[in-house]
Amino acid sequence: MPDELVIRGGRVIDATGERTADVRVRDGIVAEVGERLDGTARVLDAAGCVVAPGLVDLHAHLREPGDEEAETIETGARAAALGGFTAVLAMPNTEPPLDEPAVVGSVLAAGARSSCDVAVAGCITKGRAGTELAPMGELHTIGVRVFTDDGACVASAGVMRRALEYARSLPGAVVAQHAEDPALAAGGHMHEGEWSSRLGIPGRPGEAESVIVARDVMLAELTGGRVHFLHLSTAAAVDLVRDAKHRGLAITAEAAPHHFTLTDARCEAFDPVFKVHPPLRTDVDVDAIKRGLADGTIDAIATDHAPHVPEAKERPFEEAPPGMLGLETALALTLTELVEPGALTLTDALALLSWRPAAIAGLDTHGGPIEADRPANLCVIDPAVTWEVDGARLASRAHNTPYGGRKLTGRVRHTILRGEPVVVDGVAQR
Amino acid sequence: MSRHLLSVDDLGRSGIDEMLELSSSFVEVTQREIPKVPALRGKTVASLFYEESTRTRLSFETAAKRLSADTMTFAISSSSVKKGESLRDTVQTIAALGVDAVVVRHRAAGAPHRIAGWIDASIINAGDGRHEHPTQALLDLLTLRRRLATTTFDGLRVAVVGDVRHSRVARSTVKALVAVGAEVTLVGPPTLLPESLAGWNCAVSHELDPLLPETDVVYLLRIQSERQDEALFPSLREYTTRYGLTAERAGRLKPDTVIMHPGPMNRGVEIAAEVADGPASIITEQVTNGVAVRMAVLWSLLGSGGSIA
Repeated sequence: MPDELVIRGGRVIDATGERTADVRVRDGIVAEVGERLDGTARVLDAAGCVVAPGLVDLHAHLREPGDEEAETIETGARAAALGGFTAVLAMPNTEPPLDEPAVVGSVLAAGARSSCDVAVAGCITKGRAGTELAPMGELHTIGVRVFTDDGACVASAGVMRRALEYARSLPGAVVAQHAEDPALAAGGHMHEGEWSSRLGIPGRPGEAESVIVARDVMLAELTGGRVHFLHLSTAAAVDLVRDAKHRGLAITAEAAPHHFTLTDARCEAFDPVFKVHPPLRTDVDVDAIKRGLADGTIDAIATDHAPHVPEAKERPFEEAPPGMLGLETALALTLTELVEPGALTLTDALALLSWRPAAIAGLDTHGGPIEADRPANLCVIDPAVTWEVDGARLASRAHNTPYGGRKLTGRVRHTILRGEPVVVDGVAQR
Repeated sequence: MSRHLLSVDDLGRSGIDEMLELSSSFVEVTQREIPKVPALRGKTVASLFYEESTRTRLSFETAAKRLSADTMTFAISSSSVKKGESLRDTVQTIAALGVDAVVVRHRAAGAPHRIAGWIDASIINAGDGRHEHPTQALLDLLTLRRRLATTTFDGLRVAVVGDVRHSRVARSTVKALVAVGAEVTLVGPPTLLPESLAGWNCAVSHELDPLLPETDVVYLLRIQSERQDEALFPSLREYTTRYGLTAERAGRLKPDTVIMHPGPMNRGVEIAAEVADGPASIITEQVTNGVAVRMAVLWSLLGSGGSIA
């Protein structure tokens, strides 16, 4: 008896379109898509649900190695699977950083045993120090396609130029920038503006982001290299990326759910759960991110999932580390904040969460389409169910969600990784 | 008044007026031969200072003692905080000892707000980062009220000069002044003024000289020399040249203009020594009135509502 299951009664949505169909999965691949598939296979009910390619997160901090108290590859991948993700890109700002093949190899090995596929973003520079290039070619050989010093901006225009030039020799490689000029953002802990001025919290101006985006657009033009902008947060940066794309440059960008959901006003009570870099911005910026997602300027919704132990988030705002959880809320926030109000169609939302990020990272076994002979990386979404976020009940080791108590619409029902149901009826199986 | 004093916002205009009335009666108490009342006998007030501040800490402790409260001091250098204990663990330990109020000074904005969410005691903000220093605002207003012999500030023209951006004193005192009807102008180079003025309800001037003949109050803020290193202004000398209240500038003030400073002063930088010590200065009175204001705050947070005598 081959390892087989049928996902029954759902609306199948992928980049090719939408149809009501059953999906038969056998030996890790999609065997058949059609009406009323039967047989003796195990059945996963998908009535009233959407069957989509598994989601792909371009931006997850899994904290291993170095900060396993906050998250491990195992717990982070489980949170990802519960959030509908079948692939995540692990960020390299671990301790030690993911800047050489042995460390990257250990993360890939641990990822292979986890609840979702774990790809690795390698460092651009050694130790993320912004000066010498990391062994990008060696990392590319073991599968790294995205390079970033995330958490730190490659501040030197000279180093960024060389990284973009060098990456051109590595097929499929993309240089991903955390665009915040460290000199402008220095000492800042929230968006610089009305709220920082009132609260007396040193600010990080939006221009810290847009000056780097403007510069790197020019460097992309100079070098012919591919740039991906991580977590865009400002209206000005969205405009710069839109303009660069119109000029045909090889530029992509992502935005995180908190940047289309929350504003700097949330810092009013000094709760560091709302501290993140780049910081929560203004209503104007939130609207611009939404427009950028709707008009295709922004290519992907990425979580910037950043777990921190409770003690770290109990420090005063200025002393707490930046970052918030995202893997288990990204899909529901997208549905609640963007699809339900009509800013995006469901298919557009899935494009931003699945096939477009998969293409950016070169993850060609993810992102669909859902058709025979394709790897069976799928998620089944109940788009109508409502639920309330509770940090303590999330699968992450950490609990630092800024959405505690918020009611959201839409939740993952099943997640299928290489043919295996890793989440069934909202319960992790691994 | 709410259970805590974290910000001038907790008071509002009527709360400020009430606290000033109450403070005035405590001024009378502090002038008695035995300046002590049994109002808070049996209550315990802890001071938790994560930042050095002899003046504010002593002022609060004096106020607590004159109300007959017991006091505890947590000097950070000698406590377990140096061993890496978290803020939450430290304040929960203090709460477990049984305290009624904790007076908090912290280098980070909002630390007292966080503490207020963790323990049952009343929290009094004695300065948090660049955010607020609400008892300073009250003592500033009390001092003005006594000097000007008025209870109304409507239309009072106040120039607040210097490093407003990095000043918790400014964030509290300006807010309180505006709340009671004063017309405040913030004075300094743009690098030392708030990044955004939304919600401040103040005018701004980059020059001090034009304001001198018309202002009723000049409130000078302390200039920290390390700001030079952050390229916020070229040098202390240039600062003094443009914004310092020199004797010559003081001579251009109206005869009844009063001069204030929250201390500690940099004599010769933001204020000339002879101006600080001159008849228009009420800087010493600010310090003196601090005790009465802090008595009023402690009493209104911890008192049973009975008579203060």
